[in-house]
Amino acid sequence: MTEAPPLLELREVSVRFRQRRHEVKAIDRVSLTVRSGSSVGLVGESGSGKSTIARAVLGLVPVSAGDIVFNGCTITNLSFKARRSLYREMQLVFQDPFSSLNPDRTIGATLAEPLESFGINTRDEVRRRVAEILERVHLAGGVAARFPNELSGGQRQRVAIARALILEPRLVICDEAVSALDLSVQAQILDLLAELQAHLGLTYLFISHDLDVVRHMCDETIVLYRGQVMECGQTSDLTKAPAHPYTDALQRAAPLPDPRLQKHRRPPLRPVAAAPSGGDPDIGCVFAPRCAYAVAACWSTRPHLRAAGSVSVACDRYPAWRGESKSLSNGGSEATFEFQLPEVR
Amino acid sequence: MSSVVAIEHVEPVSGRSSVVRSLHRRPLVVVAVAFVAALVLVSLIAPWLAPYDPRAQDLSNALGGPTSHHLLGTDSLGRDVLSKILYGGRRSLLSIAEGVVVVLTLGVPLGLIAGYRGGWTDQALGRLAEVLLAVPAIIFVLVVLAVAPHNEDVAMVTFGVLGVPVMFRVVRGASLRVREDLYVSAARISGLSHPRIMVRHVLPRVKGPIIVQATLFAAYALLFETGLAYLGLTSDAGTPTWGGMVGEASAVIEQQRWLLVPPGVVIALTILAFAVIGDATRDALSERTQSSRASSRGRPTLSTPAPSHAGRHAGDVQLLAVDNLRVVLPDDRGEVPVVDSVSLSVAAGETVGLVGESGSGKTVTALALLRLLPPALRMSSGSVCVEGVDVSSMSERAFDRLRGSTLAYISQEPQSALDPTFTLGSQLVEVVRRHEEASRPKARRRALELLGMVELPDPERVARSRAHELSGGMAQRVAIAIALAGRPKLLIADEPTTALDVTVQAEILALLKRIQRETHMGLLLITHNWGVVADSCDRTMVMYAGQIVEESPSQDLFDRPRHPYTLGLLNSHPAMARAGAALTTMQGGVPSPGSWPTGCRFASRCRFVASECTGHAIPLTQQSTHRSTRCVRTAEIFGEVHA
Repeated sequence: MTEAPPLLELREVSVRFRQRRHEVKAIDRVSLTVRSGSSVGLVGESGSGKSTIARAVLGLVPVSAGDIVFNGCTITNLSFKARRSLYREMQLVFQDPFSSLNPDRTIGATLAEPLESFGINTRDEVRRRVAEILERVHLAGGVAARFPNELSGGQRQRVAIARALILEPRLVICDEAVSALDLSVQAQILDLLAELQAHLGLTYLFISHDLDVVRHMCDETIVLYRGQVMECGQTSDLTKAPAHPYTDALQRAAPLPDPRLQKHRRPPLRPVAAAPSGGDPDIGCVFAPRCAYAVAACWSTRPHLRAAGSVSVACDRYPAWRGESKSLSNGGSEATFEFQLPEVR
Repeated sequence: MSSVVAIEHVEPVSGRSSVVRSLHRRPLVVVAVAFVAALVLVSLIAPWLAPYDPRAQDLSNALGGPTSHHLLGTDSLGRDVLSKILYGGRRSLLSIAEGVVVVLTLGVPLGLIAGYRGGWTDQALGRLAEVLLAVPAIIFVLVVLAVAPHNEDVAMVTFGVLGVPVMFRVVRGASLRVREDLYVSAARISGLSHPRIMVRHVLPRVKGPIIVQATLFAAYALLFETGLAYLGLTSDAGTPTWGGMVGEASAVIEQQRWLLVPPGVVIALTILAFAVIGDATRDALSERTQSSRASSRGRPTLSTPAPSHAGRHAGDVQLLAVDNLRVVLPDDRGEVPVVDSVSLSVAAGETVGLVGESGSGKTVTALALLRLLPPALRMSSGSVCVEGVDVSSMSERAFDRLRGSTLAYISQEPQSALDPTFTLGSQLVEVVRRHEEASRPKARRRALELLGMVELPDPERVARSRAHELSGGMAQRVAIAIALAGRPKLLIADEPTTALDVTVQAEILALLKRIQRETHMGLLLITHNWGVVADSCDRTMVMYAGQIVEESPSQDLFDRPRHPYTLGLLNSHPAMARAGAALTTMQGGVPSPGSWPTGCRFASRCRFVASECTGHAIPLTQQSTHRSTRCVRTAEIFGEVHA
């Protein structure tokens, strides 16, 4: 694999919010690299800081520490004016195709907006670009005259993608872009995103809580827990043999679409509700309270990302925990994902 | 991906015109608007319209009632009342306009800025508004009038300024909500400046409350203006005003009562008209939010269930047996079916999955058999048997007892089952006492036992807390505890884990399984997630466009689907895809109720479609003892059934 230059880099980025009297670390010293033309997935449960990363990159929340570098330039905490021109280069697709489009404006007006705000406002040019982008996302030209509530969820998400692409950005951040969609529509949108990437050379930062979707879409994956990176690396390596107990737990918790395989799975996590409280995330591992393999040292030393084969992992018990996992799951009938449905003629 | 244009269904609701249209449906509003418009017009052309000069006195004709020369009579100086009303409207309407313009030009922009920017701007403007609100309007205007005697313009502008805080608060509140909408963030990322976002995206969304507030203020301003004129504080004696006319009439009320009628009626009608317009605008707006919310969720509006043969397992009595259930949406043109000939059954201890995409009718099926359909929908035929007893004809009260005891329900949003104002313990005690005769302490023990049953650590602490203090997973556990309070035999769970993280979902599914093992409860599990089906369901029904299209034991369904939709939906799962291969198996989406074809409802998306698929309704046909499919080409497509 040739190493493309990095398009987006986060270096030890933290975002902190004040909540009443104490401080909440929405993301805590996160570093990541997104190479030009690749797809990088961010996975984690709610509260893991996935969306905060997107919002920090886009300048919608202030960064408390660290640097965000886009295309070689530091863009941390730029003023709104300085940031405006960046929006030609990076765009966002939201989760909810129902509230991300203004119900009072036609699709055409919504799509023309980014063009107008960057000085492209001759009528013919706008019309041509809108028609072109609608075709790119496989919508009929007539959609431009419609209002959002005349469209289905899948169509709206295509419009949201068209709006993100109309300025021909290089980086597209997809924030749970398919989570609100039905399965068959989700499949269509994922295929569309893949097709657009192939044709336009897009780079995706793909945020999702669904490990199956990320496995399908992304070359690299970053697993987040409570604002910290637990594990990152090539998606295939990371999902085949998780190096972090949390990655393993996430993967096992998502039920397999096959009753026979699913029967032999056992989520090894302690129930969240039963997680013992206490422990200081500044000192110990944030995941320790829920980890089935935590030992006393995990509560007192914060693990740092280190190489573990082809991936990086923030777990001091790697690889020891894997051995314990095998003995726990009595014989390891753990299935990997190499099954398919019968192909029908 | 193919170049097929993904045009799915189009709902015939146009966003912009719907408010206007729903205003049209109220004749009273049309009358009110016409009345105000006529008032304005008549006042403008009063010099041409008025039969007399309103100042022309004719003492010989004083205090005359209505005659053919003076249609509304004459006042104490013999001036024509009709002419005075026409001219008086000019002053009164101008006063209203002055007040409203001041309120709009100050209140709207300041409210927008405060709501949109938030932070210290909002706080500073908010404080200022509070100070203004504390000023007693009448006294303040009286002071102003003392400085500028008889200057009604100054009085009304002052009154407008005093009305600004209310408008400010209304606009600020509405903008605050709009600011959270994603399209506002989207506009920022599109590179729009803040003022443009406010004007383009926020202002049009808050125009409803602005209109309502402006009309209310107009009505109030008219009252105020007539009040001032009545007191003789504004008009010099010559200029006719409505308020002044009321004042003059009251002076001679002993001699001629009629004089009070014309100005009184005009004032009352005008105020009424403003109120009607404001009210109707508010109603129309709330209607629209409701309809858009319903369609945005795609939940209770669209969906349909399918058939199975309730009495099929002859001999044993099913816990739940639904036969030929049909739910319709009555509208102007008749009835639109949303669920169509759905039959299903659930045995004790069994978990039956109801799977389908949004718009398939899963939820409506569940709500129908619980008699919890939203008012717009109606169950038009079908029977529901619980433990062999037909409950379709049961009275509301009797069914109420059944629901919550024999039948229980949990939804996707557990928070909606919990009242935020009471502690969870008191809610649970309440529910327990509804189901069984128990003293408070005994009910309390049972409540704690239930919280323990759903594996909540430290039930005592949970019982003392309130809904908002819980995470989604804990709230769902409490909702399950409430559902279990009546020792139900059947639990209907509608997407119980959809809003939860996968890790929490795994726990909730495990919990439901454990409870089921212990109580032998039947479970009807509605989901769109194949993983959940594979994990939990013994038997599965697949729904599409209001019908059941396939029914099968779960393992067989995954191994050998017998309906093209099931196959397509299974293959849409990203875990099924090979790296680099396309995922799309079906173009488009589920057609909405009202646009279902006569033939196979899946035909337009099916890659196996043939001529025999269209034209006539496709029946659900039995394939083997436990399997049915609604496809005429099953054998050709999937081969013969293996026993």
